[in-house]
Amino acid sequence: MDETSIERGIVSLIKKAETELPKDVIKALRKACDVETGVAKTQIETILKNVKLAKVSQRPMCQDTGIQTFFVQVGTAFPKINNLESWIIRGVQRATKEVPLRPNTVDPFSGKNHGDNVGEYIPYITWEFVGGDKVMITALPKGGGSENMSKLGMLKPGVGIEGITEFIVDEMIKAGGSPCPPTVVGVGIGGGADIVMKIAKKALLRPVGERHREKYIAAMEQKILEMINKSGIGPMGLGGKTTVLDVHIEKAHRHPASLPVGIAVQCWADRRSTMVIHADGTWEVQ
Amino acid sequence: MEYHLTIPISLEMIKKLHVGDIIYITGNIFTARDEAHKVMLQKEKNSLPFNPSQMALFHCGPLMKKIKNGWQVVSAGPTTSGRMELFEDKFIEKFGVNIIIGKGGMGEKTKEALQRHGAVYTAYTGGAGALAAERIENTPAVYWLDEFGMPEAVWIFTVKDFGPLIVAMDAHGMSLYKKPE
Repeated sequence: MDETSIERGIVSLIKKAETELPKDVIKALRKACDVETGVAKTQIETILKNVKLAKVSQRPMCQDTGIQTFFVQVGTAFPKINNLESWIIRGVQRATKEVPLRPNTVDPFSGKNHGDNVGEYIPYITWEFVGGDKVMITALPKGGGSENMSKLGMLKPGVGIEGITEFIVDEMIKAGGSPCPPTVVGVGIGGGADIVMKIAKKALLRPVGERHREKYIAAMEQKILEMINKSGIGPMGLGGKTTVLDVHIEKAHRHPASLPVGIAVQCWADRRSTMVIHADGTWEVQ
Repeated sequence: MEYHLTIPISLEMIKKLHVGDIIYITGNIFTARDEAHKVMLQKEKNSLPFNPSQMALFHCGPLMKKIKNGWQVVSAGPTTSGRMELFEDKFIEKFGVNIIIGKGGMGEKTKEALQRHGAVYTAYTGGAGALAAERIENTPAVYWLDEFGMPEAVWIFTVKDFGPLIVAMDAHGMSLYKKPE
């Protein structure tokens, strides 16, 4: 197995996410551009111009290239599972120089920047084991401005679905222009404090415009989307009709006494890319 | 209204600007985030290696690439201005900065300082880093790079027709941002 080839693959995976916005997001932004006027329209037009330029010039669309975050589905028959983590880490270090990426890993005590986007717990990797012999890696570089608007609410079960809806809408209105709206909002409901934040972030992997498979959850997503957009916060908080592009909800079973609700916010630069590594070490980035 | 302005901008011109106006600026700007604000406020104005009152302040942590004869700007959009609310009123007063570029808006203390000292807060589209880099012609200097690292260092940029910048908070006490209820 050609290990340097796989590291190069990780670099292309990151480069693709940083320089090319997924089609579903571009489609949603174009739709927003059609309905907006004035300052709000100027914002969306600038975003679309920027997205195009980033793709053509192959440079990161945003200077905040994020914390490198990966969701990995590992086929248990893949021959070199032990090497996956070090390939990803070395790929991130190479990508920092080659794409390039902004060095974004700072020690919380000394304030020293590690310089290569690697550090304790970072890159942040979520592992999931599945059947087969392939590995699928999804990159979700996560910017700081939107991450700062994350929220965990340990609600009282008595508040019900209405209370959950109110919590999410309130928090997104409070966030105002800070997370670079129009945003995509990932919501987790249930589980525990850690589970709910994780599934909220995982909800961001779903393409914009795709609804939850359960009808009642899909309806709740639509309702929250409309309620936040009615706030008039608009693109970059400068006023307008589009504050969020989409809302995605995932749920987990909860303890009878707890109703955790997690919110993970993604800026308009909803950067995602996916790579498949085959059992023989060949790979492709989608 | 749309204006194409050269920095430094006179108080008379600042007062002509109103929320919703679009401006494009030419001249020198300096980047400063949390760390740079903190450190600059601890120093005397004339001990600084550059003159902030002759430049625009840009809330930005750029992505830079070292090249043979200096630095290349890869991507350089604004960072969230709200974090600088802790320092900005004192910063405006001490350094005489009259044009701030950021995203997301700022709080009441900054709003009052803008009015008191005659300054504007302008919004550049967040995340539009590749486009912003296109309007930066060169990088004459960088300060505190070793201490703070690339995002937090102070970078001096020479820009041409940098924008569109939306006047989002003006010198008359007006703001485009909604107050959370």
